[in-house]
Amino acid sequence: MMEIMEGSHAVAEAVKRCRPGVVSAYPITPQTHIVERLADFVADGEMESDYLTVDSEFSALSACVGASAAGSRVYSSTSSQGLILMAEVCFNASGMRLPIVMSIANRALGAPLSIWNDQQDSIAMRDSGWFQLYAEDVQELVDYHFLSYRVAEDHNILLPGFVCFDGFILSHTYEPVDIPDQETVDAYLPAFDPYQKLDANDPISMGMYATPDYYMEFRYELDRAMERAAGAIEDAGRAFGEHFGREYGSLAEAYRMDDADTALVAMGSICGTVKDAVDEMRDAGRKVGLLKLRSFRPFPKAEVARALDGVAAVAVLDKNISPGMAMKGAVGLEVRDALWKTGIDVYSYVIGLGGRDVRRKDIAAVADLAESGRGDMFYGLREELI
Amino acid sequence: MRELRIHGRGGQGSVTAAELIAVAAFKSGVYSQAFPAFGVERRGAPVQAFVRFSDSKIRLRSQVYEPDYIIVQDSTLIKDVNVFAGLKEGSIAIINTEKGGDAFDVPPGVRVVTLDATRIALEVLGIPITNTSLMGAFAAATGEIEFPALEEALGERFSGPLAEKNIEAARRAFAAVGGGA
Repeated sequence: MMEIMEGSHAVAEAVKRCRPGVVSAYPITPQTHIVERLADFVADGEMESDYLTVDSEFSALSACVGASAAGSRVYSSTSSQGLILMAEVCFNASGMRLPIVMSIANRALGAPLSIWNDQQDSIAMRDSGWFQLYAEDVQELVDYHFLSYRVAEDHNILLPGFVCFDGFILSHTYEPVDIPDQETVDAYLPAFDPYQKLDANDPISMGMYATPDYYMEFRYELDRAMERAAGAIEDAGRAFGEHFGREYGSLAEAYRMDDADTALVAMGSICGTVKDAVDEMRDAGRKVGLLKLRSFRPFPKAEVARALDGVAAVAVLDKNISPGMAMKGAVGLEVRDALWKTGIDVYSYVIGLGGRDVRRKDIAAVADLAESGRGDMFYGLREELI
Repeated sequence: MRELRIHGRGGQGSVTAAELIAVAAFKSGVYSQAFPAFGVERRGAPVQAFVRFSDSKIRLRSQVYEPDYIIVQDSTLIKDVNVFAGLKEGSIAIINTEKGGDAFDVPPGVRVVTLDATRIALEVLGIPITNTSLMGAFAAATGEIEFPALEEALGERFSGPLAEKNIEAARRAFAAVGGGA
């Protein structure tokens, strides 16, 4: 049944239905409404979880690592500086193959301080060994939580994952959303069945010291698991359709890409604005389409190459900047890699950093730039400030 | 798709107004979307919030630049903020003021609806919080939301006597702007 609610509250409803045994988080704008609501659920007896209040994001994720290792389904959420403070623990969680799910309300990184949206925080954790899904709207945001636990806890995967969504733009927006009932979620997402866990009667050690004779193989296995996660996300997305009637059977979604000469590539809530801009450009006779990436890690290289086959130019909208990298944006680099040796021109446009608004006319202007062979640049700078 | 931009000052409940108008619109049977302008929310600082209404799913996420409707909670904002920016032929501007519509210099073809929402709020609520009154005025002036749906949205957000008073404030404003409740 469709209801209307704030994005953050919809996340809390989704997390409640995932039945985590332990929730540990530290409040940070714009994630705060999620964990406030979860704390209410626990205090009101609506949710049978231990809610651990801690002194920092570092402690929050550390508590999640311990609880997950002890065999509990665990949840956390953060943004921006909070995620960066967790960085060390993130690498440990994936290295220990703990299937933690964490919602990232994407926010810019300081300095200068910005509470507003871009995707620099999760992109900065690109190599942390967590899979990363990006939601376009509140419905995807809700659904990706169920899907992520199913993928993370798959014994063939055993990886932690981020559900990324644009801070404020989705977290603070009221819009209609279907919150599935508990029975439907339970049928899709069975109780957590840990592959191994800490047990005083059968002691094991986790996250141990690996000498040069062993370390590389651990990293190799982590990479192999992430490669397998692509198929697991597709399978979980197809099964999602059978249970909930909304299918996510691919890591990338093509919108009006048939016969497109120019392709826009983007992740997250900007995809909605791009779809409206594509419709306007199509109405004006321009052959433009969108490839929306649901997953940044694993990166769907083959799918991107297939979807973009035959286009003349590709414009990647990057809500991040890798200072000093010639291409500028991290997503652009991956798309150029996917199209290596095809001769297709791929450009990155750094856009919407620190909450700068992106309009339909900006999308059209980026398509113009790509068609004229200009890219790998910031878009929308205020020249008078430079 | 129709778009509303709400102008107010921090503490006047502009974001709540946007949320409850979106809730009432959804209950009235359309798709709606409400979001704030994500400002640094200091009491008294100019703030904006937005609502979209559509018969189909709303995908657009940018802010509202060419609104079909504006609500101005505090007419003293008009000297500091161009609240009329982007208004077009047929747009409706709902302004909380003691003055008449002629006092405002709006673009051609814009209908100005004025009401003394501060007086209604002081009489009904005992405090000068005008957002719920202006929601009633919005319902009457635009027809985007049905009054019973607004009443339901207010009843869900507030409880007890506070809900009753806010519904009463909305009803008075609705009637003042010519809605038949």
